[in-house]
Amino acid sequence: MDTSFSPEDLAFKEEVGAFFDEAFTDDLRARIKDPKAYKEAIVEWQKKLYEKGWVAPNWPVEHGGTGWTPTQNYIFDSERSARGIPNTVPFGLSMVAPVIYTFGNDEQKQRFLPRILKSEDWWCQGYSEPGSGSDLASLKTKAELDGDHYVVNGAKIWTTYAQHADWIFCLVRTSNEGKKQNGISFLLIDMHSEGIKVNPIESIDNHHSLNEVEFNNVRVPVANLIGEQDKGWTYAKALLAHERTGIADVAGSKRGIREVRQLAEREVNGGKRLIDDPLFQKRLSDVEIELMALEFTDLRVLSQVATGGAPGAESSLLKIKGTEIQQAVQTLAMMVAAHYQGVLPTDIDSDVLGNDFGMAARRSYMYGRAATVYGGSNEIQKNIIAKAVLGL
Amino acid sequence: MNFDFSEEQTMLRDSVARFVQDDYDFDTRRAIVASDEGINRQNWQTFAELGWLSVPFGEDHGGFGGGPVDLMVMMEEFGKGLVVEPYFATVVLFGGLLRAAGNEAQQASHIPSIIDGSVLGAFAYLERQSRYEITDVATRAVADGDGFVLNGEKVAVANGANADVLIVSARSSGEQYDASGISLFIVPADAEGVERVSYRMMDGQVVANVVLRDVRVGADALLGELGGGYAAIDRVVQEALVALGAEALGIMGQLNAKTLEYTKTREQFGVAIGSFQALQHRMVDTFMSYEQAKSMVYRAVCALENGDDDARRVIHAMKVMIENCGRHIFEEAIQLHGGMGLTDELDIGHYAKRLMMINATLGDGDYHQAAFSALSYGGGHSTVASISDAA
Ligand SMILES: Cc1cc2nc3c(=O)[nH]c(=O)nc-3n(C[C@H](O)[C@H](O)[C@H](O)COP(=O)(O)OP(=O)(O)OC[C@H]3O[C@@H](n4cnc5c(N)ncnc54)[C@H](O)[C@@H]3O)c2cc1C
Repeated sequence: MDTSFSPEDLAFKEEVGAFFDEAFTDDLRARIKDPKAYKEAIVEWQKKLYEKGWVAPNWPVEHGGTGWTPTQNYIFDSERSARGIPNTVPFGLSMVAPVIYTFGNDEQKQRFLPRILKSEDWWCQGYSEPGSGSDLASLKTKAELDGDHYVVNGAKIWTTYAQHADWIFCLVRTSNEGKKQNGISFLLIDMHSEGIKVNPIESIDNHHSLNEVEFNNVRVPVANLIGEQDKGWTYAKALLAHERTGIADVAGSKRGIREVRQLAEREVNGGKRLIDDPLFQKRLSDVEIELMALEFTDLRVLSQVATGGAPGAESSLLKIKGTEIQQAVQTLAMMVAAHYQGVLPTDIDSDVLGNDFGMAARRSYMYGRAATVYGGSNEIQKNIIAKAVLGL
Repeated sequence: MNFDFSEEQTMLRDSVARFVQDDYDFDTRRAIVASDEGINRQNWQTFAELGWLSVPFGEDHGGFGGGPVDLMVMMEEFGKGLVVEPYFATVVLFGGLLRAAGNEAQQASHIPSIIDGSVLGAFAYLERQSRYEITDVATRAVADGDGFVLNGEKVAVANGANADVLIVSARSSGEQYDASGISLFIVPADAEGVERVSYRMMDGQVVANVVLRDVRVGADALLGELGGGYAAIDRVVQEALVALGAEALGIMGQLNAKTLEYTKTREQFGVAIGSFQALQHRMVDTFMSYEQAKSMVYRAVCALENGDDDARRVIHAMKVMIENCGRHIFEEAIQLHGGMGLTDELDIGHYAKRLMMINATLGDGDYHQAAFSALSYGGGHSTVASISDAA
């Protein structure tokens, strides 16, 4: 048992940290937080990472990956998150790219991967439908072959950042025969195609990231089909493993706890600092103790992967505990903000308002409710553990 | 032992319920919230005509002479409809302070105009440093001739932007956290030196920071004894907490009913999601949270109505319960609605936000839990200490 980092790993940590500190400027941080400037700013950041060669650590080296060890990947992610630097937008780099380089043909690899690497295309994920969320395999958006095109009809929902997207990767139904998982295909669709309509959905945090995407006789070249027709479910499932890495986000929650603590040191109730309130201390320490354990659970899963084991149903554990802790931290920030937790976006200066963090706490808390819903809800994750781990 | 409402209370409840059902559907409410003032003045006139604005006031001023139970049945229905018109700010807080501390002239000049709907009021008590401690008052009142000069700032004043008249707490003597030395003043919102900066809260409330710069008021603006305002505040806060508890209860009931309905109709894997035992147990838990919260609100309202010795402790307990059960219920409601629960379009999130703001009004769960513990087991809690100071 030895959980300390090797000297090489420590040197790597230094190197990564130094890069982040220099490259991720305050200006970038501010613009990424501003919904109006978000797209341009995050793309700018991803391009910086690309120039450094670090934009796609998980990719195979031949396509532009870093070839890092799992420990190095872990360090990279932790250093990033500890600084409050957002992850790269996952839809292109972490979701569709692995499907393309694993199951796509050479033409597709050459056509799409370099552009994803350079953040030249913005991707979105078209899986969920109004009638198919947890039961994704029941999806109905259909693609019918017509010469060398598919004709796509139907609707996707909850499509994050479809309003920014150049491309959408979709699961579509190409057959109704046999098991519902069997007639699904994986299709790459140009968002600028005729017949696509994007309808915004305002979310509970009063922002617009979600959309409904309608497909009305959208013609998609057969060349955009990944792998074989009707085999898309297999490809999508393989992708889920990629989606789950870093899901516990221990470093992000650590940062959150540190921020809550700093805020609670500033807040005073009847002459007593909030941080000195035993009830508040109990709440904060409960979360921190859970997180200490999760950090090691995360490392244990990581070491299994490093020694050749695939991250299996254990990643469900990381997802459930990780998101529960994130939400607990967000709840604490709301408690610290007291009545200022309700403030909606306003032009009023924080000096005049009398508070500089309530609005951000509200936004994180409200959007944070989604973490237990998306990426396979926590209930679905529990079903997976019950079945795959406990054999129930 | 009798948990039934009187005929009058039933009529009052039904009248609010009917209004919410007929004239306050969710889209209507959304439009009101989005409007410039964030409230509908016509609704307010309806409230006046239906007599709701008169409920807690004495018959000598044209009131209905109602008590905590009457207020409770109304607030619960307001909660169900997420009504944003400022009943709580105007009638419960502003009107409550006038009832508790006003002299005959003050009551006669203000209460009838609350009842006829011509005046909206607000209670400006929070300050940017005060968090939940109402006795933490830095705003100053200095005697000047036969009146006073007020200086300071109040923040997040509920209905502060729309109010015509404010009641402001200010320190006329003592140290920052002392309960004694706090005085209450009636200040017209358009008085010289009053500056309001308004903003919106996630529950649809329009609030304001109120800056007071050398605001001059006459001796007749002093509400209650000089330096003795806290006793009135404390009394009104007890009533107000119970009113908020009732509003929260109405919301919790709606959230549970809507979530239950959703799980019966939303199908995944070929069946209603409500058929999954994992979710059934979760809904049983939220059902029980609701029943427990209801019992606690009833218990608090009875304690208040009967003036029980234990009332203060029971009300602290109720606010704790409201927070715990409310949070449990709204978090589950969002989760069980899946993606739908994350939309602004659905009412679920709006109920959740109002519950969150109720939790953050007049002390959150932890604040009241500490106060409850101090009262029950001893030890220092600032408010408890201040109350004994003031007494
Ligand atoms: C903020 C956000 C962003 C998203 N981004 C995208 C995106 O970019 N692209 C995309 O394709 N999708 C996206 N999604 C959709 C997401 O994947 C779905 O919301 C999720 O799969 C749940 O589906 P649903 O919303 O239809 O809920 P439902 O499946 O209807 O579930 C409702 C409730 O029932 C529970 N439940 C369902 N089945 C079971 C069961 N068998 N046992 C126990 N409980 C069960 C669920 O856990 C949930 O609590 C996003 C969602 C959100 C909230």
